[in-house]
Amino acid sequence: MTVTTAAKTPASDVPMLLGNERKWTDYFTFCTDHKVIGIQYLVTAFFFYLVGGSLATVMRTELATPAPDIVTPDVYNGLLTLHGTVMLFLWIVPAGAGLANYLIPLMIGARDMAFPRLNAIAFWMIPPSGLLLIGSFFFEPPTAGWTSYPPLSLTTGMLGEGIWIMSILIGGTASILGGLNFLVTILKMRVPSMSLTDMPLFCWAMIATSLLILISTPVLAGALILLAFDLFAGTAFFNPTGGGNPVVYQHMFWFYSHPAVYIFVLPLFGAISEVVSVHARKPIFGYRAIAYSSIVISFLGLIVWAHHMFTSGTPPWLRMFFMITTMVIAVPTGIKVFGWVATLWRGKIAFTSAMLFAMGFIALFLIGGISGVMLAAVPFDIHVHDTYFVVAHFHYVLFGASVFGVFMAVYHWFPKMTGHMINEFWGRVHFALTFVGMNLTFMPMHELGLMGMNRRIALYDPQFTDLNVLATIGSYIMAVSTIPFLINAAWSWRYGPKAPANPWRALTMEWRTLSPPHIENFEELPVLTTGPYDYGLGYIAEEDPAELYEHAVPAPVAG
Amino acid sequence: MNIPSSIVTLLVGIFVTLASLWYGQNHGLMPVAASAEAELVDGLFNTMMTIGFGLFLLVEGALVVAAVRFRRKEGDMGDGEHLEGNIPLEIVWTAIPAVVVLGISIYSFDIYTRMGGLDLMNHNMAPAEASSSVQVAYAPGEGDMPLMTNAANATAEVPAILVADATAGMGAIPGTAVGSLLSIDVKGLQYAFIFSYPNGIIDGELHIPVSQPVELNLGAQDVLHAFWLPEFRIKQDMIPGQDTRLVFTAIREGTYPVVCAELCGPYHGGMRTQIIVESPEEYQTWVDSRLTAMAAGDRTIANLPKAPADRSELEYLNNFVEPMQLAIAPESLAELQTHHTDYSPADYPHAEHHSLEMGS
Amino acid sequence: MQGSIDTAQSTINIAQEGAASHHEEHPDHRMFGILVFLCAESMLFMGLFIAYITFRLVAVEWPPAGTPELEILLPGINSLILISSSFVIHKADTAVKKNDIAGVRTWFGVTALMGAIFLLGQGYEYANLEFGLRDNLFASTFYVLTGFHGMHVFVGLLLMVAVLWRARNPEHYSSESHFGIEAVELYWHFVDVIWIILFILLYLW
Repeated sequence: MTVTTAAKTPASDVPMLLGNERKWTDYFTFCTDHKVIGIQYLVTAFFFYLVGGSLATVMRTELATPAPDIVTPDVYNGLLTLHGTVMLFLWIVPAGAGLANYLIPLMIGARDMAFPRLNAIAFWMIPPSGLLLIGSFFFEPPTAGWTSYPPLSLTTGMLGEGIWIMSILIGGTASILGGLNFLVTILKMRVPSMSLTDMPLFCWAMIATSLLILISTPVLAGALILLAFDLFAGTAFFNPTGGGNPVVYQHMFWFYSHPAVYIFVLPLFGAISEVVSVHARKPIFGYRAIAYSSIVISFLGLIVWAHHMFTSGTPPWLRMFFMITTMVIAVPTGIKVFGWVATLWRGKIAFTSAMLFAMGFIALFLIGGISGVMLAAVPFDIHVHDTYFVVAHFHYVLFGASVFGVFMAVYHWFPKMTGHMINEFWGRVHFALTFVGMNLTFMPMHELGLMGMNRRIALYDPQFTDLNVLATIGSYIMAVSTIPFLINAAWSWRYGPKAPANPWRALTMEWRTLSPPHIENFEELPVLTTGPYDYGLGYIAEEDPAELYEHAVPAPVAG
Repeated sequence: MNIPSSIVTLLVGIFVTLASLWYGQNHGLMPVAASAEAELVDGLFNTMMTIGFGLFLLVEGALVVAAVRFRRKEGDMGDGEHLEGNIPLEIVWTAIPAVVVLGISIYSFDIYTRMGGLDLMNHNMAPAEASSSVQVAYAPGEGDMPLMTNAANATAEVPAILVADATAGMGAIPGTAVGSLLSIDVKGLQYAFIFSYPNGIIDGELHIPVSQPVELNLGAQDVLHAFWLPEFRIKQDMIPGQDTRLVFTAIREGTYPVVCAELCGPYHGGMRTQIIVESPEEYQTWVDSRLTAMAAGDRTIANLPKAPADRSELEYLNNFVEPMQLAIAPESLAELQTHHTDYSPADYPHAEHHSLEMGS
Repeated sequence: MQGSIDTAQSTINIAQEGAASHHEEHPDHRMFGILVFLCAESMLFMGLFIAYITFRLVAVEWPPAGTPELEILLPGINSLILISSSFVIHKADTAVKKNDIAGVRTWFGVTALMGAIFLLGQGYEYANLEFGLRDNLFASTFYVLTGFHGMHVFVGLLLMVAVLWRARNPEHYSSESHFGIEAVELYWHFVDVIWIILFILLYLW
């Protein structure tokens, strides 16, 4: 079967071939094309999003009543561990990697990533890692939380914990290989006319992300290797019974897992910088400030980890040091938020689904940021650490920013990726449901945490029932909200109207090729004529330049 | 109707300031403050809520206004203004947050010092009683603790070899007279807190007199736990092999929950007890009654996990005890019966699996 | 890119034509990639080293009571062998730049031999140590750190064997194209530097 694309060359009803045709089976092979890998990543990630979301829905159902009645506390702990691990390592990280894979070479005018085969290898590590983890649910799920703190994780069952470690190690390796590829590609493979400060901000964000991945992920691997020795070989690195120190694990774990938060969100910081500028038709406000703040965030992100351990075995001076570094990280983050808002200000805002998700992103991330600064204050953190306040905070960041960001990116680049326009009406429905459900679920959790509800519990004090019911209702709305998206995306991919090369009249380079792009990205390597955000200077970005179709040839008659 | 923009800005500024000042004091999000420390933390929280709410109003307001005022008109294919940035403005919105977070840092540091956070070292910790080893019947039918596989004896005490002294937690509020502390050892284990008083009382609930500084020496026997008093705004992890410490002063009589705030196993949610703040006389009465019971040969640990005071016990227990019982393997129950002769399940209908045995 | 081109091939050759016309000289970023990878890999060791340092600093007594003294002599000689092999492997790099493939084979052979001696020496040390993996925290960190490093040495040996195998064909490497040789050399230096830190931490400190 060959998918043929009807070209838009004038006065031609004959099906034309443009050189961008792909068989659908390519997406199931070990293909080294970065565009195929990008879509493989995104679809795989979305599958795991549905899995993680289902787990969350079961958890919220359980929490609708104070008693552990829907599932036993044991199963509940398995759910919460898998929910956290799946959402972080199998949804957000691969989704960011998918966007980066798809977009980086197109944005910098390269024909592929620096190491295409390595790229494919990295992707194909994700499905086994994920299936292993999900599979563990059916015999012995890991139940020590996604943080897997010893000594608890050494007592909860060797098999589940072993699978968890294995799965994270595979996923972490994939992540390192991906980060290496992004970094080398961005630094070495830009078209000659593109200097670093001509790059789209997404590429800046991916430099910062890749640095974090490369520096911090190996340390997590080290921690997990030691944990595995404790688990299987009977050593006592983290087991106090044998003289080990469980707090060292926490340090090593958070040395990765705090930067990981930025690994989860920085790619979307980059993506939103593209989207607000294009859909408000205005240059991004403060390009350099936003670009450099990504790098500053990635540096500061490496020296704040112990704020996750303020109530752990941390001496006072450590608490004070990490409080201050954590507070400081609000500054570069604030620069970004203000920059996005200022970009919208006096722009010409089109309320596309992508823009709606972008504005939702800013609105929700702001809340997560404010609660984040509060959490940095040690005396306050001592009260709310490990409570629902923290759960609310990181869902505002990880759902409000990362997940909204992924949806935003999908709506924005869907035409480029699939060659079809996505239905905007259902996109808006999707946005409204997600936004309402999200706030209904996570806003009450702030109060729950402050009032005294600790996290990771299957049974809770009945005085918290009302707010929990509200959160559960919100989570159902969120669960329902994925349905219009799923149907819309699948339907539009197949039957949506043909997308022009540049439906949003954007100036970045990925829009200067066909939709979907040529197999080797560009017919002729593009030359930089405008900056990525030079709106308002009189450049006209054509929706569908005719010269893109010059090389089209008539398709042979089927038969 | 053409109001100059400076007046609009001024009005918006006044409104945002007033609204956030009001909200910072009237959010009603914190439970009652029952300790001197809690009042300090609440002051910090209110300040942060004021600033945070102001920022929230400003940015969300700007978003909404932008969304309304700067909509693209139907058919408008033009671009917005070419505005690449504004260096003074960028400096302002870099500097203001920097100053604000610096201010919050200094304020937090001050609060932290006043709570006694820096005062960890100079305290007179009583050497932990090695005889307080406690064994708990692990709820979900596991014979003994897999954690202890290395040790020959499954009930071996975790050696405190890591650090000689408590290096983490909160110290006493500066100015507290040395020696005036009521020192209580707390041991966390799946899924209970055991409180050991200086005079030999061992209890599952924490009784303290009001207005007297109390020192808790926290330790854990099996896995990590965290000792949290929501109404007192203090929390500290209990780490096996490393003692930690909390010092606080209750200022309000009453009964408040004690919560474990570190995932410690399936029944983590059920690991709660209560703290009872009493007048010094009531406290003394309680101490006397417990001492009398001990003298009469009662070696059980009283008051294992119990319902919080503000609702009926039955209601609370029905919520989670039944599933917990289901999770106990019959053989573990049988073992409990033979092992613990001094323990009568009938006394503690809500905590069968929490059978405890005092060490030698 | 092969797989991607196949798709359109069956119907028309436009993609193929396009691909052919686009084969600009693809610059070689592999050495840069290896460098980045080794930086990441060194973070793995850094994590383990810092864990070791922390264990040591917070312990009341280190090494824990009853740990026998480590012998220095044999590991010291072993270290000298490994460190000098770094210079030997560099001779191979010099040789290939002069198109001296026989020299490459000689120097890689010698380096591999020295690596193998190092591994054997370590195996001998393991066999004669008086403590086992599970004895105490020091013993565990000792075995895991040295073992992990030894694994890297072993991988280096395999890579050298692979280079030697390819170098049977005198055309395979040349003064212009010798990525394999350069990459293995860089990796080997990395393994050496790690060992120096490790030796100082475990034996001398």
